[in-house]
Amino acid sequence: MKFKTFFWFVAPSVFMMLLFIAAPLISVFIQSFQITQPVMQQIEVETCTPGFLTQTCTTEIKTVPVIDEETGRTQTTTAWVGVQSYQNVLQMDKFWAAIGSGNWGDILQIDFWKALRFTLMFTLVTLPLVIGVGLMIALAVNNATKALRGPVIFISLLPFIITPVIGSLSIYWLFVGDGILTATLERWLDRDIAMFAQAWTIELLMYFYRVWHVAPFAFVIFYAGLQTVNMDTLESAIIDGANRFERLRYVIIPHLMPLIIFIALIHLMDCYRVFDEIIGFRSQAHVISLQWLTFDFLTPDDAGNRAISRAAASAMLTMVGIVILLILPLRRTWRDHKGGAH
Amino acid sequence: MYLKKLALAGAVSLLGTTAFAACSYENEVPLKSLTAGFEAWKAVTDAMAECGNFQAELDQEFRTKQPAAFEANPSLYHIGGVSNGTVTPLLNAGTIRPLDDLVAKYGQNLSPNQLIRVDGKIMAVAMMVNTQHLMYRSDILADLGIDTPTTWDEVFAAADKIKEAGVVDHAIGATMKSGWNLAQEFVNMYPGFGGAFFNDDNTAAVNSDAGMKALAAMKKTLDYTDPEVLVSDSTYVQQQFQQGKIAMANLWASRAGAMNDENESQVVGKVTMAAAPMAMDGGAPATTLWWDGIVIAANITDEEADAAFRLAMEGLDADMVIANNEAAIWLVNGYQPGPLAEGAIATATANPAPPAYPSTTQMGLLHTALGNELPAFLTGDRDAAATLAAVEEAYTTSAKEAGVLQ
Repeated sequence: MKFKTFFWFVAPSVFMMLLFIAAPLISVFIQSFQITQPVMQQIEVETCTPGFLTQTCTTEIKTVPVIDEETGRTQTTTAWVGVQSYQNVLQMDKFWAAIGSGNWGDILQIDFWKALRFTLMFTLVTLPLVIGVGLMIALAVNNATKALRGPVIFISLLPFIITPVIGSLSIYWLFVGDGILTATLERWLDRDIAMFAQAWTIELLMYFYRVWHVAPFAFVIFYAGLQTVNMDTLESAIIDGANRFERLRYVIIPHLMPLIIFIALIHLMDCYRVFDEIIGFRSQAHVISLQWLTFDFLTPDDAGNRAISRAAASAMLTMVGIVILLILPLRRTWRDHKGGAH
Repeated sequence: MYLKKLALAGAVSLLGTTAFAACSYENEVPLKSLTAGFEAWKAVTDAMAECGNFQAELDQEFRTKQPAAFEANPSLYHIGGVSNGTVTPLLNAGTIRPLDDLVAKYGQNLSPNQLIRVDGKIMAVAMMVNTQHLMYRSDILADLGIDTPTTWDEVFAAADKIKEAGVVDHAIGATMKSGWNLAQEFVNMYPGFGGAFFNDDNTAAVNSDAGMKALAAMKKTLDYTDPEVLVSDSTYVQQQFQQGKIAMANLWASRAGAMNDENESQVVGKVTMAAAPMAMDGGAPATTLWWDGIVIAANITDEEADAAFRLAMEGLDADMVIANNEAAIWLVNGYQPGPLAEGAIATATANPAPPAYPSTTQMGLLHTALGNELPAFLTGDRDAAATLAAVEEAYTTSAKEAGVLQ
């Protein structure tokens, strides 16, 4: 393709990426090193609030922002603070103190490390499960009789169509308190079950939900890949006396390897940003994720305060985490790519 | 809810002017409001919609939208529903207007008690008071021969008997969903033990004796609640009551009406309201007082503000209150306090009275710090002293960022 044609093909998409991805990224990167705060003043204010019958008026010294006479907005100052917001998120002093004293458990009392522990574990536990379950469904469908394939594909794809937050809410409603599944289990096992009362049951439900939700995606990709397996190679393997497992191990999986890497890449990126499950399961008391931490910093409290700088720092740290996770699979893809070129 | 309201407003406007019988005039200026979504707001916005040209947005997450929406110029909404907690950012940013002129023009029916004054200027008009107070199943307590508990110790003693009798799944229900709700439980309990939230220099003061006692009381509650209490918010506790699963709870007065809603509740007429229990003898009831009311945006034209306030007064008139007497503890003329209001009134008029929820920037920051740090204590991951230290530390970090602390 001529360079000019190529350029005009990709220009709109490059422009959009610069506008909607690169520009916000740079802005967040800058904000993570700045703190913008209102100029505060202390004034004496008399506030009258209703009781049931009569008012109570109190006069107290209040700290309130200064409002600019001209613009009518609050005056703010922006200062460069270096890595202070990162320090506020990471709390390295407490981290090293915990390691120094040998109380490793204390590290998990710090929000960031608590979130990182769960996010990493969530990503790494679900990855092999998604690939394994996806591959199993694909193999099963591929071996099913033609008449059954259509309906089976349709049904296995259903979980993937559901909006993640709706899916996680449904699981929550099924299992919370006297949700129908908990109630059924309780009747069957004759004991009280509280799935949302401790961290490990919540985490288990989260793993289950994510695998259930994403496995169809892996399945579709693998199923397409299975259609391209070289039949001659398979037949010669059969003639050579390879059993079903050996055929899978030495013929099919090597053939599907690029797809496995592809799914691993997508899954790592998606899972590291785990968020819907935390909101849907209301698990903040027990389990939090990095993306939720950023969200929590950004959510204004009743007085309208938001920790924008810490949110920016936490978002940058999340991005760094994804990049580190992706290095391994990307290097492999790169090697394969280069190998293929020669 | 919003769609329904919109459809209703549309249907009403189609019917022509004769449909506005319930409203004394026809509103010509298009107006919008953003309020919380509980029963009382539904009643008020429905009454306003009768005048036409009005769109109500009822949203329980209004607190996250309101400051930015009112800061826009022109403001995205004309009328805002606030409480003493959520009015703070609007007051701080100057995005709501003083109402003295408008009150003089349209506020003949308002009582002086309703006018929220800040430095002498009327900044909001309150319509109802709200507080968390004791709701209990009077039938169960009567059966077991328990008097109405007035202190938390008595609540726990009653809970022991109820647990032993095994008449309900869990003796106590609590709004302890981690985050805002859980923090509010501490904000109720802590002043009940005589604690002050801040020192004079804006540093947090919760790491104190009263703080330790408040945490101990909260932990003790867990012995009697649903094990999943850290995910239960007001609506969940309300449903537990309605389905007969709990016997007592320190729950919002605005939820009292739902106990007698025959479409939802299996315990109609069996839930009684009493003052919030005291944390210590001779102290104030362990709760905070709230008001809910309306504000008018600053960044709108004077004509719009005039129309918006007039419409709000129409929504807050005696007709609305008489039609929705049980929906809230109204401050509006025409309200007849019924049995459902007894608990809230007993709480508000107690001596010493519980404090009003402080509407300050610092309180917002501390509330968030409490909401994030308390769960670790209640799940047993961290002891009380370390938790209070962590709360103060989290507050200090965010207060420095917000410019409240140097």
